[in-house]
Amino acid sequence: MRHIISVLLENEAGALSRVAGLFSARGYNIESLTVAPTDDPSLSRMTLVTTGNEAIVEQIKKQLNKLIDTIKLLDLSEGPHIERELMMVKVRAEQADREELKRLVDIFRAKIIDVTDVSFVVELTGASPKLDAFIDAVPKGLIIEVVRTGPSGISRGPQGLML
Amino acid sequence: MELSGAEIVVQALIDEGVEYVFGYPGGAVLHIYDAIFKQDRVRHILVRHEQGAAHAADGYARATGRCGVCLVTSGPGATNAVTGIATAYMDSIPLVVLSGQVPTPVIGSDAFQEVDTVGITRPCVKHNFLVQDVHKLAETIRKAFHIATSGRPGPVLVDIPKDTTDPNLKVPYQYPRDITIRSYHPASKGHPGQIKKAVAAMLAAKRPVLYTGGGVILDDASDLLTQLVHATGFPITSTLMGLGAYPMTDHRFIGMLGMHGTYEANMAMHETDCLVAIGARFDDRVTGKIEHFCPHAEIIHVDVDPSSIAKNVRVDIPIVGPVASVLDDMLRLLDESGCDPQREALTEWWEKIEKWRELKCMSYDRAGAKIKPQLAVETLYKVTGGDLYLTSDVGQHQMFAAQFYPFDRPRRWINSGGLGTMGFGLPAAMGVQLAFPQAQVACVSGEASILMCIQELATCRQYELPIKIVLLNNGYMGMVRQWQEFFYESRYSHSYVDALPDFVKLTESFGHVGMRVEKPGDLEGAMEEAFGMKDRLVFLDVVVDPTENVYPMIMAGKGHHEMHLSPERELA
Repeated sequence: MRHIISVLLENEAGALSRVAGLFSARGYNIESLTVAPTDDPSLSRMTLVTTGNEAIVEQIKKQLNKLIDTIKLLDLSEGPHIERELMMVKVRAEQADREELKRLVDIFRAKIIDVTDVSFVVELTGASPKLDAFIDAVPKGLIIEVVRTGPSGISRGPQGLML
Repeated sequence: MELSGAEIVVQALIDEGVEYVFGYPGGAVLHIYDAIFKQDRVRHILVRHEQGAAHAADGYARATGRCGVCLVTSGPGATNAVTGIATAYMDSIPLVVLSGQVPTPVIGSDAFQEVDTVGITRPCVKHNFLVQDVHKLAETIRKAFHIATSGRPGPVLVDIPKDTTDPNLKVPYQYPRDITIRSYHPASKGHPGQIKKAVAAMLAAKRPVLYTGGGVILDDASDLLTQLVHATGFPITSTLMGLGAYPMTDHRFIGMLGMHGTYEANMAMHETDCLVAIGARFDDRVTGKIEHFCPHAEIIHVDVDPSSIAKNVRVDIPIVGPVASVLDDMLRLLDESGCDPQREALTEWWEKIEKWRELKCMSYDRAGAKIKPQLAVETLYKVTGGDLYLTSDVGQHQMFAAQFYPFDRPRRWINSGGLGTMGFGLPAAMGVQLAFPQAQVACVSGEASILMCIQELATCRQYELPIKIVLLNNGYMGMVRQWQEFFYESRYSHSYVDALPDFVKLTESFGHVGMRVEKPGDLEGAMEEAFGMKDRLVFLDVVVDPTENVYPMIMAGKGHHEMHLSPERELA
């Protein structure tokens, strides 16, 4: 089963490699991982997507918690939460395709953030399946490159993952 | 007080109360070595290889319960120490490793003797640090000791670039007494509700077994464990790492469990209805095939590390907390409840266990003309009267020592259980002997293992460490040979240790005493002579039967109830 796990950790050099190293050393799956400092520059917030049976995910959470740099951890999949991912897609946009692409951008509430005679860069934010759907919707052969951040997540309601 | 980084390192060790630093100098740590030269509070022990430094610090830690410290230079100094660090990590031994690093401005430039020490050691330390600011040095060293010795202990490495120890840059020094790390809060007490549930399950059990491990020793909980056994009358078995936490000569101790454990311990594991695991981690050498593990038992697991619980086997009543504190709570609850276990059922259970015990699974052929390795260990016990710190290398001799030397006290049996590091025994014995100069310290080894750190004989000479080395010399990597006999139709691929040195001459060349024993009748006299030489290292080269195997044995993929006693004694 897919789990999305939020980790609050010390913003120290090497903290990310401790997490990445843990996954490779113990043979856990890692689908995506995003990390950046928070409003408190001494803290980093990481969102990690992994898959595995309940026993494995339980072990992953324990091992993550065991890292000295880990302050707190929350398995977002255990409650109501929001996931968002940012994607930028560079597409071939010759005259004939421009209108169709603009329509798609409107439908998906995306944005065109770079324009040339022959190309667009489209920015799109949403849950990962929405991003997948956009890629599927772009006519075949027009995609030049896709860059995605992997999902970030936050729980719904007033409770927060704080110090 | 204003100190340079190098002086801070040494002063911090003094403020930590460190007795010994095991180390080896080199370019990146020269400032630190100069600071060591100028003081006499911390004693530096010069090893002959950095692996020896880590093992010696490790042996010191295992024997004393205090944090071991070693100091190595950058590059090869650090990489040589890695085996020792990993050894300590697998057995949860508190160690602080100080490593030199190339100066900060050249980090990443492939400088001379540069290696990414923090990167290389990351998977085998509890935590590590790179200190690039001399102002943070004292605090970081304090943190390292705190992390290494609290919770589930383990090695912590502090990598110190040479410019951080610059003797010309002095900064204010104050050693932080108390330190809090906001992201690190090891459990300090078990959950009362869980402990209550566990005690209820124990009192209701008809066929209980206590299964204890190295965690009991690490938390100095032997007395509490002994009280628990006496209060309940439960049978107790132990892992390799836990031997000595409960007196092995007491009848309630049913022997070590697992691959080379006793028949009675393993059968008890198979039939128990309530397994109380304390400070043990369900290692594969202990559990045998997981599918067959304790099929009838409700499992209680006490461990300070939550990630140990339910890692390999299901657990019904998990208790996260320090072993001593949890045992203390259990004893109090038992006392309050009048401590009334199922006495009748227990009597029946003990009768069953005694029947298994009657099989005498450890018996071996005593008639032969060759010295049996088992006899050598038994004689060692007799000659030392059980009052011995015994370190071990890895292989058959390690198992024979665990089986035939009954330890009645904790911290007396010192071996690499988790990583299984050949070469551990001799340097570990150096750490033990330095910690207890008056005590009898021996290292049981094999002719393959001993050669892996033989250079430390020079260290033993320099510091006059009167260790007794008992070499069970069978001319083979015994355990490898045993597996090749069982599983590879006796194709002894590279397990024969050809071209062995003359160990007597070798030892003598290092300035020690060497003795060779070939006949069973000479064994006891030779050992008495060796242990009689109180101020000399004696290397006893004991030539043993090369065909002897370690029995009993649970073969790979089998359960506890499928033990193999010996070729002559198959079980139905």
